Amino acid sequence: MITVRGLRVRLGGAAVVDGVDLDVADGEWVTVIGPNGAGKSTVLRAVGGLLPYTGTIALGGAPLESLSRRDRARTVATVPQHPVVPPAMLVYDYVLLGRTPYIRALGRESASDLAVVGEVLGALDLEGFAERRLDTLSGGERQRAFLARALAQGARTLLLDEPTSALDIGHQQEVLELVDRLRRERGLTVLATMHDLSTAGEYADRLVLLAGGRVVAHGTAREVLTEDLLAEHYRVRVKVVDGEQGPLVVPVRR
Amino acid sequence: MTTRPARAASPAAGGRAETGGRAADAEPAGFNAAADRTKNPAKARAKAAGRKPAGLRAAWLAGGFVAVAVALVAGIAFGPVTLPPGGVAAELLNLIPGVRLHSGLTEREVAIVTALRLPRVVLGLLVGAMLALAGAAYQGVFRNPLADPHLLGVAAGAGLGVTAVIAARSGTGDVTADLPFGVPLAAFVGAVGAVVLTWLLGAAGGRARTPATLILSGVAVSAFLAAAQTYVMQRHTDSLREVYAWLLGRLATAGWHDVLIVLPYAAVTGIIVLAHRRELDVLTVGDEEASALGLHPQRSRYLLVVAASLGTAAAVSVSGLIGFVGIIVPHTLRLLAGPSYRSILPLSVLFGGAFLALTDLVARTVASPAEIPIGVVTAFFGAPFFAVVLRRIKG
Repeated sequence: MITVRGLRVRLGGAAVVDGVDLDVADGEWVTVIGPNGAGKSTVLRAVGGLLPYTGTIALGGAPLESLSRRDRARTVATVPQHPVVPPAMLVYDYVLLGRTPYIRALGRESASDLAVVGEVLGALDLEGFAERRLDTLSGGERQRAFLARALAQGARTLLLDEPTSALDIGHQQEVLELVDRLRRERGLTVLATMHDLSTAGEYADRLVLLAGGRVVAHGTAREVLTEDLLAEHYRVRVKVVDGEQGPLVVPVRR
Repeated sequence: MTTRPARAASPAAGGRAETGGRAADAEPAGFNAAADRTKNPAKARAKAAGRKPAGLRAAWLAGGFVAVAVALVAGIAFGPVTLPPGGVAAELLNLIPGVRLHSGLTEREVAIVTALRLPRVVLGLLVGAMLALAGAAYQGVFRNPLADPHLLGVAAGAGLGVTAVIAARSGTGDVTADLPFGVPLAAFVGAVGAVVLTWLLGAAGGRARTPATLILSGVAVSAFLAAAQTYVMQRHTDSLREVYAWLLGRLATAGWHDVLIVLPYAAVTGIIVLAHRRELDVLTVGDEEASALGLHPQRSRYLLVVAASLGTAAAVSVSGLIGFVGIIVPHTLRLLAGPSYRSILPLSVLFGGAFLALTDLVARTVASPAEIPIGVVTAFFGAPFFAVVLRRIKG
């Protein structure tokens, strides 16, 4: 469960996020949408404890700042938009980095850490890639490895910043279906940001539309993905049509 | 010393404490395309589960000890008087309490082994180990394969510190009163000052910090410190010869004195850096992600920079400016033994020491009876090697 109240983040003197309230229930998937510069990634990084902020953020009822770094890393796992790919590191060792919050300072991995990694690799069908170098994988395979490291953290809350921006539509769907399956199987709470509005609406339980660092609309896909709201905040003319899984947003050339 | 954890338990035996999942054995639907590479999923799963984390392999560790032993015996056996390596090895084993072997060496030859050459070779091992370990640590801290005590200006800073101390003492006739504190501490202050200066200068470019900008700032800082050092030398011409001899890099045959100066600093540096070998692997994903994984990346970085600078300073204070060891050794190990700092750091200690001890052997035998400064020899091998590294990171 994520509870955000009056979140303000200043970056380089400017208020990038300016009074955001946000709730994500246990097991829920909420996706933050909004134009470039709306503050989507900043909200995610703040919830992940990676930025100084004012206001309150609570994870499962516990204030974020009350958690030690290690406890925080066991509670919330982040997949950044562009994770760093360490040169020559094997997928297995990369996923094992996710166990860092369970390893004492100066300690090393226990048998249960290795077992968790083996299980996560299995759940994501990555066993065949364990001995491959991460920097030789394709975009879709890499995205699964990034997810695997986050899952290895054993956190109940997953933050995904643009998880599909580097992927073709086939792999986009593959990754999002995977996240949805993991969420249901493991009872994960998911907070994501996405650019593709139709896809965002298809997978999330609720959408939050952010513009200029504030929440300008929130609700189900049908409530948020309206021609008027999108025209106002994205400054684009769109046609919204009914799809099988919810509204589909089609930009119209001016 | 080994970094290998115990063999992993199978998933069934190990259990899954934290993720609380239920799907460990469910064959995920819709992912068959991706799983095609795995001919036998069950076998691959078992292999993945039983795998060990990247780290030090026993064969490499053994290789490191063999290299040290070879360097030790060769470094002692060869010189103006060549001794039989077998006899040298026997004499070395005789130093271990309780061992009594017949080496066949005369009393005079035994004296050469234990009193003259052994201290020098041990010093070479220590200095090489420190320079290689510091280089590997800097490379991890700055996430920069070109980082090296010399290229970061650290050695120049230490050099300025030592020059200042030698110059200040030359008037008092107290040059040889090398307490374990004075010279290494001056070198340490210079080293840390230089690395901070290089880091700040490299950061001045804002977000455009690349491996190249850090090295360019290191060049600028080195040039500045070298100029300051030249100025100090010109002001104290009476100590010029001594400073110059030291600058070129040399391992003195001065008994155990220098070894005892370096040893405490080397121990502190070695313990701190080696204790952080796993953290350096985590830091390869960058500060923000390392922080999200529960580390204090900045805190680890500061500690490691201070420790590596301490080791560099101690090495520089007894041996002068010996370049490129910190880049040749860790890099070769990275290419051959894998990219994990868990193997690079301990192996850098062993192979760095062996490398420098053997380089010293070359330096004092090729132009015998004259001695080539060891810094000249390492630069002779190191500069072309550096060009190779540069080519690799471009590609």
